Amino acid sequence: MASATGQQHPLGIYLKIWLLLFVLSFFSYLVDYMHVQGVMRWTLVLLLMALKAGFILAIFMHVKWERMALALTILGPPSVLLLLIFFMAVEGNYTESARIQYLGHDANATPAHVSH
Amino acid sequence: MSQSNAIETGSTAASGMKGFVADWSADKQIYQVPWGKAMMWIFLVSDTFIFSCFLVGYMTVRVSTAEAWPLATEVFALSIFGSDPIPLILIAIMTFVLITSSGTMALAVNYGYRGDKRKTVLLMCATAALGATFVGMQVFEWSKLIGYGVRPWGNPWGAPQFGSVFYMITGFHGLHVSAGVIYLLIIARRVARGHYDKKGYEIVEITGLYWHFVDLVWVFIFAFFYLL
Repeated sequence: MASATGQQHPLGIYLKIWLLLFVLSFFSYLVDYMHVQGVMRWTLVLLLMALKAGFILAIFMHVKWERMALALTILGPPSVLLLLIFFMAVEGNYTESARIQYLGHDANATPAHVSH
Repeated sequence: MSQSNAIETGSTAASGMKGFVADWSADKQIYQVPWGKAMMWIFLVSDTFIFSCFLVGYMTVRVSTAEAWPLATEVFALSIFGSDPIPLILIAIMTFVLITSSGTMALAVNYGYRGDKRKTVLLMCATAALGATFVGMQVFEWSKLIGYGVRPWGNPWGAPQFGSVFYMITGFHGLHVSAGVIYLLIIARRVARGHYDKKGYEIVEITGLYWHFVDLVWVFIFAFFYLL
């Protein structure tokens, strides 16, 4: 299917994915609107984000129909970023604990509310 | 051996991982796509790393600061016609505008390959218009935050890094959208003038890849910066 002649697919699949992206975005907005907090918020936001990103990549950007050589060139290198995220999270947490322990920062500081 | 079969029959015959091995070992062009499309993908992968650096940097400063992070849901709340402030409403509208533009772009690519030049040009112009609308709303958002006293070095509510991260990430994304609007208009004009009648309409798909990527980045910014 994927070749020098280009990516041609039925119109219906684009319309369905378009609608789906609207629904997924609406749900991720609802997470904030309904004040879902804690683990549930993280799970929902990250899940909806991954679904949206996946559909945009797979369908709108045609990665689903590309040959494996191109698909892995696109998805392989960025997957190493997960390691960077892990390292920097560990590093950041250590920095924060050092600031609290040695610099006397308040571990339970709360942000000021916003007045409009 | 199955490998030699794949090479004999041509690498386009095999698909999946077998095709992957065949494409890379065939002693010829690896990517079976027009060069412009391969180059756009290489550029987008490199751009992925730039945005990842910003987002990972954002995570690092947010995790490492002991000061409280301002509440995005309150900062980006907006009252419409004197109502109570609605949380994140402008950002939600911006998200919908960008998804709409991604949809019109996908249709433009589709009509391009069908050879419907008029619809392709119209849909590309609609995409550019929606992109310009997005940038306009971002300008409005920036002016609101500047009005509140949010600066790259401080803000009235908590951790000073909030401002620098906000202006850096949304600014860089907005720059991408603005460049995309110009890119779209240039290509739409060339399509309308019949530049690609003989060459084929891959260029519309390549332009679309860039545009969808901008939407893709927004998905991550929306989740990490505004929602979490």
